[in-house]
Amino acid sequence: MLIDVTIIVIKVLAVIGLVMPLAGILGWIERKGSALIHDRVGANRASILGFSGAGLVNTMVADPIKFITKEDIIPRGADRLLHTLAPCINLLPVLIAFAVLPFGDVLIVGDREINLQVAPLGVGVMYLLAMMSLGVYGVVLGGWASNNRWALLGGIRGSAQMISYELPMGLAIVSMILTYNTLDLQEMARAQGELLWGWLPAWGILYQPVAFVIFLIAGIAESKRIPFDLPESESELISGYFTEYSGVKHLMFFMTDFVEVIIVSGMITTLFFGGWQVPYLSATGFEFPGDTAIALPHLLVVVLQIAAFTIKTVFFCWFQIMIRWTVPRFRYDQLMQLGWLGLLPLGFVNIIATALMILATQD
Amino acid sequence: MSPYVFFPLAATIIAFALGVVLNRHPIRSALCLAVTLFLLAVVFVFLDAHLVAALQIIVYAGAILVLFLFVIMLLNLEADVPLKRRRNMTLAASTVGVIFAAATLRPLFFGAGELPGIGLEAPVDAAFGSAEAIGHRLFTHFVLPFEITSVLLLVAVLGAVVLAKKRMG
Repeated sequence: MLIDVTIIVIKVLAVIGLVMPLAGILGWIERKGSALIHDRVGANRASILGFSGAGLVNTMVADPIKFITKEDIIPRGADRLLHTLAPCINLLPVLIAFAVLPFGDVLIVGDREINLQVAPLGVGVMYLLAMMSLGVYGVVLGGWASNNRWALLGGIRGSAQMISYELPMGLAIVSMILTYNTLDLQEMARAQGELLWGWLPAWGILYQPVAFVIFLIAGIAESKRIPFDLPESESELISGYFTEYSGVKHLMFFMTDFVEVIIVSGMITTLFFGGWQVPYLSATGFEFPGDTAIALPHLLVVVLQIAAFTIKTVFFCWFQIMIRWTVPRFRYDQLMQLGWLGLLPLGFVNIIATALMILATQD
Repeated sequence: MSPYVFFPLAATIIAFALGVVLNRHPIRSALCLAVTLFLLAVVFVFLDAHLVAALQIIVYAGAILVLFLFVIMLLNLEADVPLKRRRNMTLAASTVGVIFAAATLRPLFFGAGELPGIGLEAPVDAAFGSAEAIGHRLFTHFVLPFEITSVLLLVAVLGAVVLAKKRMG
């Protein structure tokens, strides 16, 4: 009993301990990446005792100190309780959504099998969708409780956008459920370990490329980043729903954006890119097509799996940041048209096509 | 479900449900309703109905209530409803409330023995509450209500489109 609880606590701490620093690192990658794309020098102002050479480390130390030492302002006429609660309500659902992402297969220690997933839920995908759908509360409340028109506009835009893009995201997930015939994310990851025609890893994107495109677009829209950053759009709404936030509360909104980027990347990895699967790596070692096999110790296999999941996830984080600095913002009507007239019908067609395919290949 | 979980949970749910009715501010009422629905999902989790719990959050807390909030914010409902109209609204709401409460409480007083007591750990089989089990029941035993509900939803969607078109034209 005590050991079980300890294992769960360690898993929780490991996941949170990876996600939070990664969110901070992404903040630095974002600035540095934008500087590279703009062809300018950037993100080199954080100097510690006159030393500014270690960019990433300096920024990761300087940023939190800057936010924590700033004055916390609640504007006059704001709803004090909800103004304070909004950043917490915003961050919490995204953080606990990580509980169902499998970051490895099973780790065997002695006679104990540890599932490398914080909460092995049978309805894992539905849980993810539920948590994503709760994310809109923080945006709406932050916008409303600030007693500021720009903030309110941002909050209303945010809720309309997030509800609109949850639907295509759900549809893309439904077609993945049909493909794998399970709601359990760990089962989905395991199913992607098989080989097609004996040499091609059967990752989700090979079965469902359309669902991947829908999911990627809807995922970026859910994390409210350019080209879908209408709820924040600096040039029109100052900072949208978190205009009136300063200090740590501002940091929390800021962090939520990056944590959302990470969870969307984690979901893309798990659903479409094999999760923790390393091509040709089975539980006992590498088994290449053509009967070449390299046996590996169990611990090394698990480490490779966790590393594969992390690398894939970080790659898609980087990919989303590159998209942010490459394309301009949508207009509001374009946003709604893309969601309701583009992605939604496409999602339906994809589900029907998937179902027909399954029916046709069934015996 | 253990009484140590049930009673604190039930008390919290009732407190937030009262918050929905007693709050003067529509936004805070809507938020209390959101918490109530979320906690109901927690009850479902403790009753091994995981899929229903997830659906409860996705549909009610995640979509319908956000729409409520959206409408309240857009209309910016403050206390500027005329007094007489507000009195009528209170009367109508309490009548409906009493009828519903009576219907809900009826089994407690007249149907003793129909309800299993709390703390009664009824054994459930492993498949209980899974997507497969619910789907199977839905498409065999409850197929007629299921189809009628989908027709009802379709009618509602068409009605909304017609109303929106009329206003535009």
